[in-house]
Amino acid sequence: MIQEVTVLSGKGGTGKTSLVASFAALAENKVMVDCDVDAADLHLILKPEVKETNDFYGLNEYLINKDICIECGKCEELCRFDAIDNFQIDGLYCEGCGICFLACPVSAIETKERVCGQWFISKTEYGPLVHAKLGIAQENSGKLVAEVRKAAKKMAQKKGIPLVITDGSPGIGCPVIASLSGTNLVLIVTEPTVSGAHDLERILDLCAHFKIKSLVCINKFDLNLKKTREIKELCKERSVEVVGKINYDSIFTEALIKGVPVVEFSDGETSRRIKSLWGNLYNKLSS
Amino acid sequence: MIISIASGKGGTGKTTIATNLAFSLARKGHNLQLLDCDVEEPNAHIFIKPEVEIREPVFFNVPQIDEEKCTYCGECAKICAYNALFVTKGKVMLFPQLCHSCGGCSYFCPQNAISEIGHEIGEIQAGSAYGIEFAYGKLNIGEIVAPPLIKKLKKRIDENKVVIIDAPPGTSCPVIEAVKGSDFCLLVTEPTPFGLNDLKLAVEMLKVLKVPFAILINRWNEEYFEIDSYCKKENIPIIMRIPLERKIAEIYSEGNLFSKELPEWQDKFCKLFNSIEGLRK
Repeated sequence: MIQEVTVLSGKGGTGKTSLVASFAALAENKVMVDCDVDAADLHLILKPEVKETNDFYGLNEYLINKDICIECGKCEELCRFDAIDNFQIDGLYCEGCGICFLACPVSAIETKERVCGQWFISKTEYGPLVHAKLGIAQENSGKLVAEVRKAAKKMAQKKGIPLVITDGSPGIGCPVIASLSGTNLVLIVTEPTVSGAHDLERILDLCAHFKIKSLVCINKFDLNLKKTREIKELCKERSVEVVGKINYDSIFTEALIKGVPVVEFSDGETSRRIKSLWGNLYNKLSS
Repeated sequence: MIISIASGKGGTGKTTIATNLAFSLARKGHNLQLLDCDVEEPNAHIFIKPEVEIREPVFFNVPQIDEEKCTYCGECAKICAYNALFVTKGKVMLFPQLCHSCGGCSYFCPQNAISEIGHEIGEIQAGSAYGIEFAYGKLNIGEIVAPPLIKKLKKRIDENKVVIIDAPPGTSCPVIEAVKGSDFCLLVTEPTPFGLNDLKLAVEMLKVLKVPFAILINRWNEEYFEIDSYCKKENIPIIMRIPLERKIAEIYSEGNLFSKELPEWQDKFCKLFNSIEGLRK
């Protein structure tokens, strides 16, 4: 059976992608997935060579044909997104519901499929990577995330790869829910700050809501030891295990600027801690 | 004037900038409003620590099916672009989280069997501190559609004040809803390849939205100059740099405002505001 571990953070910038890149270097025989389709970054470290590009279709686009339109105003009256003004549809406001198209008495509204982004299957030094790029100002990131994960699982199945490592997206909304549904294990990366603790609680609630087993890693733990203790307390109260603590270290930024995973950039304390984190995580996954 | 604070990527310091800018301007006597539109992970209230005076649940209209009238013809499910309705023999299933409240199902139902009912998606909390009028939205756990809550929060905008909007991360629906209609957008980035990659996406987004913008580099370390080169090439002004300092990170970790503890920053944030006003003209 294929196991999938998804790395989430609630808030962005906690070091999620840097850790995933290190896991990519440490884990054997796996498929990697970047689900942060809004602001994908994993490719900056894994440097993929794209093998396959697929278009992603979102909701349809609608346009009013001026030659047919009788300016009755029905479409504008029905549109709840204020996307129609002066017999023109503003794509930025349109949510693609198609009510205008269906209600137009003279069929003056035309529709066409809209490419909202692309997803890729790539080769990297560390194994295959499935990733995507959502078009700017496009919607449906949740649907694109679902598509990318499906493609990764299909590939793992076909090639007999037992493990999928997924870099999730930030927040608790649409793309995140699409990142975690049906995953075996979630690793939440947090930091010892008041806002980090606040976001951790929100994401733990979300995992509990979907009944998914979660583990926690505290990044930059020595930035504020008091807050680190509080986060450990919070995890204990909720019966969530803290499987790793990583120190506040500028080598995260240095490795990033060089474009290599931290564990390949240095073999100091931080790398040892990341290796031990991955070891713990892997044990949990196989137990 | 409405100033939104955005960034392609999370964790670059949007909330830090939004709260410290609001605090510094309020200290200098500006009439100020701060709205935290990152409804998935709101954090500004942690730093502003407002007395919450108003708690308002936010509802969103979803269909309600009158089973007496329904003939299970399936028309509603057929027209729903979001797959929020599913009709089987003798049953209509609704997935309220997927609904966009377009009203199509109730409008087109041949039996007039569909009405609409409020579904709670989150709440707005409002209050004040440091002379700042503050409000934020909090999306309920398990809800996926953030824009309606952001839209409702933005109804509180008072155009006579300086309005600062703390936007969510990314470049899709929630951030667009938050930034739309702003007079100016300040893009916060950090000097790393991730920062640059996500900054480029955010710049593209602002071009689509036609909102004027400038850059603030946070955690400036004098090591990575690619952002400077990019901004120079694209003719985008960099109007502030905040150095990478452990002291600032520690103040942040305690949930405090660094411009309050290091008051020399208040003048710097006021200067930032002057630069924004200058660029707007």
